[in-house]
Amino acid sequence: MENLVTLVPLIPIVPLLTFAIIVVFTRRNNKLSSYLAVAAIFISFLISMVIVFNAVAGMPHFAEEPAVHLTLLRIPTGATTLDIGVQIDPLTVALLFMVPTVCLMIFIYSIGYMEGDPRYSRFFAYICLFATGMLGLVVADNLLLLFISWEVMGLCSYLLIGFWFEKPEAMWAGLKAFITTRIGDVLLMLGMVILYSQTGALRFETVFEGVEHLAQTNPNLMFITALLVFGGAVGKSAQFPLHVWLPDAMEGPTPVSALIHAATMVAAGVFLVARMMPIFVVLAGMPALAWVAAIGAITAFFASTIAIAQDDIKRVLAYSTISQLGYMIMCLGIGGFVAAVFHLITHAFFKALLFLGSGSVIHGVGTNDMMEMGGLRKKMPYTFWTFLVGMLALAGVPPLAGFWSKDEILAIAFVQNPVVWVMGTLAAFVTAFYMTRQVCLTFAGEPRNEDIHAHESPPVMYVPLIVLAVGAALLGLLGVPADFPVLGPLLGNNPFHHFLAQQFHHWDYVHLPHVGFNASVMLISVVMALAGIGLGYLIYGRKPLGAGQRDPLERMGVIWTLLRNKYYIDEIYRATIIRAAIGVADLFLSFDQGIIDGIVNLIGKLTERWSWVSGLFDTYVIDGIVNGVGRVTSAVGQELRYIQTGRVQNYMIMVVISLLLLVGVFLYM
Amino acid sequence: MEGLPILTLITLTPLLGALVVLAIPRGNEKAIKLFSVLVSLIPLILSIMVWFNYDSQAATLQFVEEYQWIPTLNIKYRMGVDGLSVPMVFLTALLTVISLYYSSHVIKVRVKEFFFFFLLLEMGMMGVFTSLDFFLFYVFWEIGLVPMYFLIGVWGGERREYAAIKFFLYTLSGSVLMLLAILAMFFAEGTFDIIEMAARQPFSDNFVLQAMAFWGIFAAFAIKVPLFPFHTWLPDAHVEAPTAGSVILAGVLLKLGCYGFLRVLLPIFPQAFQVYAPIVGILALISIVYGALVSMAQWDLKKLIAYSSVNHMGYVMLGIAAAAYAGFNMSTDPALLDSATIAVNGAIMQMFTHGIITGGLFLLVGMIYERTHTRDLKAFGGLGTKVPFYYAVMLTTCLASLGLPGLAGFVAEFMVFRGAVAIIPLLTIFGVLGVVVTAAFFLWKVIQGMFLGPLNEKWAGLPDMERYELLCMAPLIFFMCLFGLYPVPILNIMNDTVYNLLHTLSLMIGG
Repeated sequence: MENLVTLVPLIPIVPLLTFAIIVVFTRRNNKLSSYLAVAAIFISFLISMVIVFNAVAGMPHFAEEPAVHLTLLRIPTGATTLDIGVQIDPLTVALLFMVPTVCLMIFIYSIGYMEGDPRYSRFFAYICLFATGMLGLVVADNLLLLFISWEVMGLCSYLLIGFWFEKPEAMWAGLKAFITTRIGDVLLMLGMVILYSQTGALRFETVFEGVEHLAQTNPNLMFITALLVFGGAVGKSAQFPLHVWLPDAMEGPTPVSALIHAATMVAAGVFLVARMMPIFVVLAGMPALAWVAAIGAITAFFASTIAIAQDDIKRVLAYSTISQLGYMIMCLGIGGFVAAVFHLITHAFFKALLFLGSGSVIHGVGTNDMMEMGGLRKKMPYTFWTFLVGMLALAGVPPLAGFWSKDEILAIAFVQNPVVWVMGTLAAFVTAFYMTRQVCLTFAGEPRNEDIHAHESPPVMYVPLIVLAVGAALLGLLGVPADFPVLGPLLGNNPFHHFLAQQFHHWDYVHLPHVGFNASVMLISVVMALAGIGLGYLIYGRKPLGAGQRDPLERMGVIWTLLRNKYYIDEIYRATIIRAAIGVADLFLSFDQGIIDGIVNLIGKLTERWSWVSGLFDTYVIDGIVNGVGRVTSAVGQELRYIQTGRVQNYMIMVVISLLLLVGVFLYM
Repeated sequence: MEGLPILTLITLTPLLGALVVLAIPRGNEKAIKLFSVLVSLIPLILSIMVWFNYDSQAATLQFVEEYQWIPTLNIKYRMGVDGLSVPMVFLTALLTVISLYYSSHVIKVRVKEFFFFFLLLEMGMMGVFTSLDFFLFYVFWEIGLVPMYFLIGVWGGERREYAAIKFFLYTLSGSVLMLLAILAMFFAEGTFDIIEMAARQPFSDNFVLQAMAFWGIFAAFAIKVPLFPFHTWLPDAHVEAPTAGSVILAGVLLKLGCYGFLRVLLPIFPQAFQVYAPIVGILALISIVYGALVSMAQWDLKKLIAYSSVNHMGYVMLGIAAAAYAGFNMSTDPALLDSATIAVNGAIMQMFTHGIITGGLFLLVGMIYERTHTRDLKAFGGLGTKVPFYYAVMLTTCLASLGLPGLAGFVAEFMVFRGAVAIIPLLTIFGVLGVVVTAAFFLWKVIQGMFLGPLNEKWAGLPDMERYELLCMAPLIFFMCLFGLYPVPILNIMNDTVYNLLHTLSLMIGG
């Protein structure tokens, strides 16, 4: 492992360099740029696989050391330094298995999907940078590098969501994504600087050692810090109340949606909470963790209800993503670290599959509106069958991946927190329902729009679908509960759990619950999934919607309106927060120009006035005195001239008179 | 290097150059331009030599030159640099070269005077960053004012005269108070030596006098920074100044104020500064939030960027206020000393990166203004497809300015926050929120307003960046990326100096 870790920096650096190469050199050559991008991610993929296999084979290693490190930079900070590096630990390994694989499929698919776009090369440059961000995040051994990667991804999502920036909707969606997630990012940054200043380091292991002390000396600060870090995840993983950016992110090209929704971006938030698990559990009673569970459970349920009432094929999936992320967050909130990461990975596969599948549909029919579709099953067979696998996996039908991972979450919730379990189970039912609705509206029946002539996508697009479908079908078998009859022991007693459970062995205060197989919980969730599918089939499948027919659910009235308008949350934000911010800005501007500059100008004016008054004083008083003295002198002189007679006698008389006067004066005194 | 009066050369070459410019015949504009650019390269090369020959481990004043000047008053010609000034000297030299090079393409009237004043300006700025004697410092401080006054007043926009006079009087009224404080210190201690003054701690037995001197000098620097509420000269001066003038104003002149805080106020009056640090910190916080919000309310591109400087300088002052507030407590608490060092490192880093980034932004504004003769953000739209190079460069620079990790601005802001949160947590927490607003106005008003959405047909024939314009931006973009990804070289230069400075002053107050 020690030698292998030197390869780790290459995983993000290769795509980063490719980004630079495309931007600087090959941007005029579309083909070359796309091949370079795919080659780059393929290299990252290969290196990652080498590390994954070695790590799994050399598993006992993590029992001794929590992680293998490689320090890359030492930043001077007074008498100390801040070390920045990469690491390999079980969580990194788990993500290194998923991220490059899914990214590779998305990259290949993009070659076909983006065909003919005027900014083809630029697209590949951006997704390379996107992959850099996610891979950097996964391999970081400290919060700072994690944060940098995190923000790089934020930038890429901004650029890619607004990729077709001539369209005002796309441009606004990009901005919304960046600003909304930025709110979370700022909270995370605050949490990070507090952790850094309190524990003296940013490396995860050192932070985890340090928070134990902080939790004792200042539990309130510890609680707030944990919430701040969680704030970052709320923004990035689109949890309520910062979820609003994700559905609008559909304005980007579909491979970007897949990238954002499955392998990267939104996964980062869940990854962050999983990574920082110890800071949530270090306080007695784990108050921060309760918040995590609550936000997750609320999001899981409420987003799934919105998905019912959407007609845009990608928006349904977007709300589904929010809801599934809610599952993961909620699972982390009840201590289900392994289950959450497991669901993160299976979800990445089937959600990427669903998004790319929907992209293939859009590519074929040229619209996002499911009401315009219908009857695509025969025209797009590869797309249909792979999409169906994804849908069943998401709905939680055994033995597909989503079934195992979702069931593990519900099993833990059942033990840890019944309220969370109820919310999760209800959400599972709704999920199965809206996915059935989607599949029926899109693929079943006859085309509702005669003008659309759908066609299957080229192999470069449907082969990645098949690969992802295999993953979505089989990956769950890595995490079958060890005590599941027959299958458990047969599949190696839950190797995934076994591997990942070592993650926090080295911190005594981290006690994560271990919940085994629970037949009744599993049965209930299967029944729920089948009930959802059944209901969906009854409404949309048995008699597929014809052209011009309205959605049967419109009969729900007010509820339908509410769901269709996403509970009016966008409108509420626009009327309150955004309006307030702009109002305050305008107010401050008037204050600046009116009051502050007013005072400055007033001082200027007063000085000017004062100098004018001084000028008058100068002209009339000072100069007046001076001139007056002169005038008086000359006038006196004029008068005195007359005594200047030139006769000596007269002078003598004056002298005598003056003398007498003076003598008189002296005598008198 | 030995024996070469390198700092004098850096400072006086521009003066010599300016004099030569006077001698070149007025009609020969080409020669004037070429010569000025070439002359300005000399300080740049020398400042690079200083950077690489500066021994950061020693963390003492280096390249010191000392001559008696007016012995009866104990005034010396004393120059030297340390980790505070080395980055600033380099920044000044770099931005001057770029400004002159850019101006040589766009200045059409009174060419000779323009380049004369610009070189004179460089001398003034360099002098402030290198001199170690108050008298010399003050002389350079004031010299810098005059050419800038003319640059704004002659080559500026519509309200140039108002802006020039406002700038001049504002700064001058601050400097007068500083002069009084300097004289008071001189009469108390009998020296003009800045470093020695710090060792002697003037008025340490009389807090009233100390406070008066502190606020006197504070006024001069706070106006220059500028700190709320002394900032209203800035939008007018920046908006009316010619492009190169705005670059230098934002890039270097504001840093003179910050530099003054670190070179003069913090070491000489640590005690008073510690007492008044909360006030300075609050003003810094107001500058951050208020600057960002007022910026967001602008529709004039240049004004928007001008106000964003108020916001960014707020971060510098937040870092400095944090270190000042830690003051004497650092002598017993090494973790606190480290935090304060990080905060000040961040402040210096922010001074440098803001110079690079905002200098770049003003250049970009100039470029678009030369083409369209408007700065109204509502007048553009959809230029992204028309001018892809300009769009890419502008986007990168805006992202750097809003503190995107991976670019230099983030490193500075992160360090300021990290250092300050350990010392003045509440102010820092509110300060961090400003980051959201900066992101909002750069992406919403600048990027979206200018480049995204459907193309405004009025600009269908807009030409993209020319070679000389790219050449001006290239070094700036380079440093944004370099120090964003690998800030170690610049942090190494300053870290030990800052550490020693804070360590010494903490003992000073304690003793």
